[in-house]
Amino acid sequence: MLTRRIIPCLDVKDGRVVKGVHFLNLRDAGDPVELGARYSDDGADELVFLDITATIRSRKTIVELVRKVAENVFIPFTVGGGINSIEQMDELLRSGAEKCSVNTAAVKNPDILTKAAQRFGNQCVVLAIDARRSKTRAGHWQVTVKAGTEATDIDAVEWAAEGAKRGAGEILLTSMDADGTQKGYDIELTRAVADAVGIPVIASGGAGTLEHLYEAVVEGHAEAVLMASITHFESYTITQMKEYLRDRGIAVNL
Amino acid sequence: MLVVIDYNVGNVKSVCNAFEHLSCPVELSCDRKKIEAASALVLPGVAAFGFAVNALGSLGSVIKDLALSGKPLLGICVGFQMLFDKSCEFGIHNGLGLVSGDVVPIPPGRVIPHMGWNKVVLPSDMALFDGLGGEKHFYFAHSFCAKVTDKTAKIAYTDYGFQLPASIQKGNIYGTQFHPEKSGQQGLQVLRNFARIANGRGD
Repeated sequence: MLTRRIIPCLDVKDGRVVKGVHFLNLRDAGDPVELGARYSDDGADELVFLDITATIRSRKTIVELVRKVAENVFIPFTVGGGINSIEQMDELLRSGAEKCSVNTAAVKNPDILTKAAQRFGNQCVVLAIDARRSKTRAGHWQVTVKAGTEATDIDAVEWAAEGAKRGAGEILLTSMDADGTQKGYDIELTRAVADAVGIPVIASGGAGTLEHLYEAVVEGHAEAVLMASITHFESYTITQMKEYLRDRGIAVNL
Repeated sequence: MLVVIDYNVGNVKSVCNAFEHLSCPVELSCDRKKIEAASALVLPGVAAFGFAVNALGSLGSVIKDLALSGKPLLGICVGFQMLFDKSCEFGIHNGLGLVSGDVVPIPPGRVIPHMGWNKVVLPSDMALFDGLGGEKHFYFAHSFCAKVTDKTAKIAYTDYGFQLPASIQKGNIYGTQFHPEKSGQQGLQVLRNFARIANGRGD
């Protein structure tokens, strides 16, 4: 039986891991390679590295980082942040990343998902969606782009379904409302997206307790849960998370 | 020397990194002479099947002949799928035809891709799994799977609502649908076992 995945997320800025609240007020959380190796040793199923600066200069740094991580960490990892071409994806995959996530580029040019899937296989293509609860339409979420700074009129659930159809192999779904609050994932959003697509959905944004992880899987129908604050600042170890889920009847790789 | 076939597909570096981590000499190459001189070959693959087969080009028949002559070969993920006769991912594409069977979509009715860690039941007579016990979790990421018809191949399965072939062995030909290079300590043990098989041949 396929196990549910625990995925620490490492937001990288200027070569350091940082974590903020609602994408702001960043705190330093350590060296990405060291942290990645530590999470791997502690039983993480996967890692996500997001280049949150995503400039031309940071792009070089992130390729270097991917190389270093791949030499030291033998679990899969996804890289994202500012990726907007097949060539960039190719470079990152060849440097050792297992998957690439695209966000803004896919909203602007959805064809990138199809092209990437045909080239690399859809299991390499992660569609990252930053969603914010709509103030005007209850039960709806808007897609935001450019690291959450720019709202669009696109409905997050519809976009997820279209992205899957176009070639995404996984959805990395972040609730902008919940991000960094440690008050729990947006379960309603997670379930709406997970039920609308046939590909795995990674719940992201808001993890603060072990119960939150359980809710995302059982009520949110997430295949995987992503977290940053609660692992970086050592509230819980990965092993603790897995033991908790296992004891509540969820299959994990422990 | 072990040679990992370099044929312009994603993430071939990780396989080399894993062997290097195990202090096992390895070279990433697409040079025919080096491939012929190798103690064993690894055919990695993060790509769509058709893209991978095209990218492999004429090296395909070289690898096939070497495998038929007894050189140990390990196919990983799409490299594993290419060991079979053909695949229907984005059109019909021929594989190497070293193991009888086709590559078909994972049957609907479950989350696809099959992505994440799944438990593989490890037959004790498959050399890749020496020292790993009866079952272990490995990392999978694929939307197509092998339908093995070869009666001479040993098969290890994982349960994804059906019995999904996770690994095969047919004489000197080995393959894993999962990524040993991304499956933590147990994955490294699979690669260690393959390196030992390669060394057993001298060179």
